[in-house]
Amino acid sequence: MRPLNWSDVTPKSLFLNRRQLIAGAGAALLASPALAEYAKSKYSTDEAPNPLNEITSYNNYYEFGFDKADPARYASALTTDPWSVEIGGLVDKPGSYGLADILKGAPLEERIYRFRCVEAWSMVVPWVGFELSHLLNRVGVQSGAKYVAFETLMRPEEMPGQQTPALDWPYREGLRLDEAMHPLTILATGLYGEPMPNQNGAPIRLVVPWKYGFKSIKSIVKMSLVAEMPSTTWNMMQPNEYGFYANVNPTVDHPRWSQASERRVGAGLFAGREDTRMFNGYEAEVASLYKGMDLAVNY
Amino acid sequence: MDRVNAFARRVPVWAVWMLALVPLGLLILQAVTNNLGPDPVKTLERDLGDWGIKFLILCLAVTPLRRFAGLNLIKFRRALGLITFTYVALHLAVWVSLDLAFRWAEIGADLVKRPYIIVGMAGFVLMIPLAITSSNAAIRRLGGLNWRRLHKATYAVAVLGALHFVMISKVWWGDALLHAAILLLLLVLRLPFPQRKASLA
Repeated sequence: MRPLNWSDVTPKSLFLNRRQLIAGAGAALLASPALAEYAKSKYSTDEAPNPLNEITSYNNYYEFGFDKADPARYASALTTDPWSVEIGGLVDKPGSYGLADILKGAPLEERIYRFRCVEAWSMVVPWVGFELSHLLNRVGVQSGAKYVAFETLMRPEEMPGQQTPALDWPYREGLRLDEAMHPLTILATGLYGEPMPNQNGAPIRLVVPWKYGFKSIKSIVKMSLVAEMPSTTWNMMQPNEYGFYANVNPTVDHPRWSQASERRVGAGLFAGREDTRMFNGYEAEVASLYKGMDLAVNY
Repeated sequence: MDRVNAFARRVPVWAVWMLALVPLGLLILQAVTNNLGPDPVKTLERDLGDWGIKFLILCLAVTPLRRFAGLNLIKFRRALGLITFTYVALHLAVWVSLDLAFRWAEIGADLVKRPYIIVGMAGFVLMIPLAITSSNAAIRRLGGLNWRRLHKATYAVAVLGALHFVMISKVWWGDALLHAAILLLLLVLRLPFPQRKASLA
């Protein structure tokens, strides 16, 4: 029995596309609150997802504290409604987009992805989201744009971690445009068929499954299409440890620890480790993005 | 303070051992009942290391407490040292067995390539002779002066332990810095301060 939270009182229409719900699944689905009939995706792994309580109680979300239990403890204070994302830079239709507007017509799918943290632990997470390319195509990417820069909400009164100088807030991340347009790259708004829990980056976050988790920026309020590689938070803080690309790569170690293997969260005391896979197991889909690049240099 | 000291004199050393092993007992209980959270290996490993640092702080607090507060806990100091060693040894054992799962190639690579692991291992190795010589017989064999000289290595252990903790942190904030600051303070308090002159006012 989990405690009540945001998702229990928020109508699903806020994060699901109501029209698609009605058209796609019909009255039977509306009658069933379980929402088990998600559009499945060919990009989902067939590995078993971690249970919800593990995904929502083991989080790196430094805005709420530096312990992995802190986000579950403090993120309930975060106001996620109303929410809008400012989309700007080299786009045809810049502006502040409300969350409902962003979700209008967005092709939501369940994406069960492997998730690999730079700290050498991993999970399997059943996200609900849509391809970032859908939103980028809607706002119209101009020809000079080469990168997408993202920013997390800055609201120290609700995010106690931001009251410390531990990171250069607000949190910033970025992708090369071809990475952003890749079909594996999604903006996620839900988890296990429910609205995104606050500690996982509500109401809308990025998920890039072949990169270390810190690239998958949470609670996004700003996206800019830019010509130059944007500054990113961890890279600004420790450039020799956290590269812009941050692709999961068992052959390129983090300076302080090996990336050759990982512990699966939830596997228990005696599960040992498993070998980390190139691009977190998405090599077939994404290796071509980095053809000719030295991945030990562009880590 | 005399009454506190009188009370401390009556407390048997084994009682300190019992009390100090309560956190270990709780950790084992949590492990057995599956209550260490989603990543039990990391929790166990981190908490054992954390208790190691905390008992190291207690070891190093004994002398300043006597010097500045008149509290005499010297009788418990060797036990505190051995308790520190116990937690640190278990921390290391969990790293090798449950965390690295005896992947000797990775363990070996870590031991030569990762500064925080080298620092931590150096601290542990330095503790071994101290642990071995923490008996009355060893003190007799070494002689008091040599024994005290040898056990000054505790200061180096403190520096290495604090450094190990700080180096694994991802941000300059929180528990690691706090523990390092306390250890540093306890070392600084050992410096020979000039005796305060009587006030002329």
